Amino acid sequence: MRKEEFLRELKRHLAGLPKDDINNRIEFYSEMIEDRMDEGLTEEEAVNELGSVESIVNSIAKDTPFVKLIKEKVTPKREIKGWEILLLVLGFPLWLPLVITGIVLAFVAYLMIWVADFVSLTIEFAFCATSAAGFVAYAAYAINGVNNLVPLGAALMSLGGALMFYWVCVVMTKGTLKISGRILTKIKAAFIRKGSNR
Amino acid sequence: MDAQLRRGVLDVCVLVAIKNKDSYGYKIIKDLKPVVELSESTLYTILKRLEEGKMLIVRSVEFEGRLRKYYHITQRGLKRIEDFKDEWEELMRVYSFIVEESDL
Repeated sequence: MRKEEFLRELKRHLAGLPKDDINNRIEFYSEMIEDRMDEGLTEEEAVNELGSVESIVNSIAKDTPFVKLIKEKVTPKREIKGWEILLLVLGFPLWLPLVITGIVLAFVAYLMIWVADFVSLTIEFAFCATSAAGFVAYAAYAINGVNNLVPLGAALMSLGGALMFYWVCVVMTKGTLKISGRILTKIKAAFIRKGSNR
Repeated sequence: MDAQLRRGVLDVCVLVAIKNKDSYGYKIIKDLKPVVELSESTLYTILKRLEEGKMLIVRSVEFEGRLRKYYHITQRGLKRIEDFKDEWEELMRVYSFIVEESDL
């Protein structure tokens, strides 16, 4: 890819960032390409060394706080006209429920990621509770002079289940954290790219 | 490495790279390459953060018919390097204590 083409493509994919920030970044990458070319690389090689536009956007997404992206998104690009404010106020009963619904849906979607962890934690809890109950039952029999091994066996089996399932819980939680981190980066990258078709 | 720790260390690396002589983006990446691999976007974020923290100032200098940005360290930047060294000296003392005691 040629330099101009690369920079145009990059600019298009950064449209969700503040304007100054986009220009600064484009200047920065342009300088990076030129400095490489001064060292004897061809234009093509210099551009290739920077990596794909995709990977640059992802790396910016990781470094940029979500709040900053949202702020850029909701800040009007031009002054709001009087009639637009009127429209906003009048349309309030319509857009407010929509906004709330959107937020709730996003929150539910996030919760869904954790459902599997919640289920496994519940199973873990059930194992622990059964085990404890088994021991208590065995002790109650023993106090009354009865050596009933059934509750003891059940308690030990549940304890084993609990220990094994603890490991499952840990692995799942770690996985979920990783996935939710990755999803956040994806969403941020989408915010940065957003407007590239506007 | 912990993200927060990495950020702090990289900031100081970049400050050291411009300490003795003003430098520019590509040169900073090249100079730091033997120690740490920095991507362009990471460097951009670091430079921006350092500029906002007034630890460096940016100057556009004409170079072969185009503008190149040179980064110049400020007093604050120099102080940051010294503070970093002090902090790590203390940390290293704790580290050697941990190593010695845990190996007993």
